[in-house]
Amino acid sequence: MTASSDARNPQMKSARLKIWRGTSGENGRYEEFDVAFEDGDSVLDGLVRVRLKHAPDLAIRFSCFNANVCKECTMLIDGKVEYSCIAKLRAGLIQLDPLPNCPILRDLVTDTLSHKERF
Amino acid sequence: MDDIINLETDVLVAGGGAAGMFAAIAAARSGAQVILLDKNVVGRGGASIMAQMTCAAALGEAESDSPELHLLDTLQAGRGLCNENLSALLCEGSPKRIRELAGWRVNWARQENGKINQVKAPGHSRKRCVYVDFLSTGAAICAALRNKVSRNSGIRRLSNVSITDVVIRDGEVIGAVGFDVATSVPTAIKASAVVLSLGGMTKMFQRTTSPNNLAGEGLGIALRAGARLIDIEFLQFYPNGHLAPRMVGLDPTTWEPTRVKLGGRLLNGNHEEFLHNYGEAQGEGYSTTRDTLTYAIYKEVELGRGSPHGGVYLSFQHLDEQVLEAALGPVIDIFKRNNIDLTKQPVEVFPIAHYQMGGIEVNANMESSVPGLYAAGELAGGAHGANRLSGNALPEAVVFGERAGEAAARFASRKKAPTWDKAAAASHIELIRGVHGQNAGQGASPARLMAEVKEMMWRKVGPFRTADALGDALDRIRTMRERDLQACAVSTERIHNASLVEWFELRSGLYAAEALAMSALKRRESRGAHQRDDFPETRGEYKLNQRIWLADGNLASSFVDMPS
Repeated sequence: MTASSDARNPQMKSARLKIWRGTSGENGRYEEFDVAFEDGDSVLDGLVRVRLKHAPDLAIRFSCFNANVCKECTMLIDGKVEYSCIAKLRAGLIQLDPLPNCPILRDLVTDTLSHKERF
Repeated sequence: MDDIINLETDVLVAGGGAAGMFAAIAAARSGAQVILLDKNVVGRGGASIMAQMTCAAALGEAESDSPELHLLDTLQAGRGLCNENLSALLCEGSPKRIRELAGWRVNWARQENGKINQVKAPGHSRKRCVYVDFLSTGAAICAALRNKVSRNSGIRRLSNVSITDVVIRDGEVIGAVGFDVATSVPTAIKASAVVLSLGGMTKMFQRTTSPNNLAGEGLGIALRAGARLIDIEFLQFYPNGHLAPRMVGLDPTTWEPTRVKLGGRLLNGNHEEFLHNYGEAQGEGYSTTRDTLTYAIYKEVELGRGSPHGGVYLSFQHLDEQVLEAALGPVIDIFKRNNIDLTKQPVEVFPIAHYQMGGIEVNANMESSVPGLYAAGELAGGAHGANRLSGNALPEAVVFGERAGEAAARFASRKKAPTWDKAAAASHIELIRGVHGQNAGQGASPARLMAEVKEMMWRKVGPFRTADALGDALDRIRTMRERDLQACAVSTERIHNASLVEWFELRSGLYAAEALAMSALKRRESRGAHQRDDFPETRGEYKLNQRIWLADGNLASSFVDMPS
């Protein structure tokens, strides 16, 4: 388990994202990252910051970014299926897992496509 | 990594938004076998699905109208630079496509008499814009097209596949190369014709309405294939982009249709109306085109009359709650979830990068200067000139998509079996293999370089430009393209490696950004969406279009007189 901090702006609040990482072929693990946020920011905002600052290899997926139309960013947020683009960040620990009942590709990305859209 | 995925088709359509889906449908109904692919998800990625409201079509259902009148408005908004052949094609083609979509169960908002409802959007002389409630026009069009595409046995859909280059032999298209995002395996697609419908380059700006996949890749791919671009200096900044308070779950363009539909009031930081100071006639609210609105808002902020977050206010406080609820339906709940109560507070808005007017130079068959290479949708340049009229993007997607697909199928049918050239494709495939895992763990990630470009483009190549800022941007972009990109650290993962995707976005997107900064620097006047603080007047000698191409790895440009 690793932890990184992000204390660039003392006026911002801080959330700790506990993120499941791994691929379908191996046992997963959790990694934790602190992200600064302002009220109203989304979980996806936090994940984008994690990729920028701490873990560029973190696998997430989205297209429309906070508009809630592409539906690609679905994941488990504290055990509930939600769109990370509209779920809000809050101070404290937030656990993020890949969708259940879908094959895991890597980290928070699961295989949600119709087989007809793949090779 | 010796794997490679080999595919073959008559027509390859890259980009699965409305233009790409329509191109695929049109190519298939002309008898072609089609592969339709998208870096994200076919029918869900791209900008079309995010379009909220206006779609212009001279149906004449709300008042008398004609494609000729629609064309006049389009040309006027384009400030003298529209390719009139393309503008006319858009205006004439739109009614047919809109009715076709109605037949495919797009639920256009209707009047009580059953006719399609049409509203007057800024810059239009007639009630012309059709829409789907509530703020769901793009989503409804994409849902209908997804349905048509998925039931068409002539179309093979591939999601999560990114195209990096078109393959050329003897000056003609023979297919494309890219990689499977899910596995990073290089993918070679032999095709007799290729339609690029990959959208614009608005992701390259920090404040943007763009989805995550519009990094200008189509422009870079076209340039490297030898195709010409046109009008790249004209990038539309949407005037009333959401600024504050933080809002998620809705596109940041929500406010303009809401303002027009309900009569929202734009106010400066002193809570005073100001549009009349910038030419909006009294009693003719919402006639102001997007370029003028953007100018007015910037100037109010510059003059010290901005709102707390550096924009202006948009207020609906003069309206009853019932009026708001009737007009906005479930959208009201999204505002509530974001702690926004429009009866009690204004929101803050500020311009935001929205749409690329220019693009790949095409003829009326959507064919580029490279035989077999077609463009459609936002990526096709010319129809809008210096400024796009509100509501003209969705018709462009479906009209040009249909035309491109049909023309590409015709081109493919004249060729014998597609010919592949392994040697011509080899360097593109080797690049993908070489970039995968390059400098792993030893440098800035492509995401970081992207963040830097976006910040710089917003600051130096935004709505109001100067020679100094554009020159700085140009120097920095060239360094990024020639040096920083090569030094980027790309992860070694094979499965869903976003840094590999982002590296290739930058490879093309930096060409697109450079083309924009260069062409903006060369246009020493202000016109439409291109505003120069150091050359504030529109100048007659610049009533010309600027063409861009790649010569020995460097961008070149010249001013040309387009057909009218």
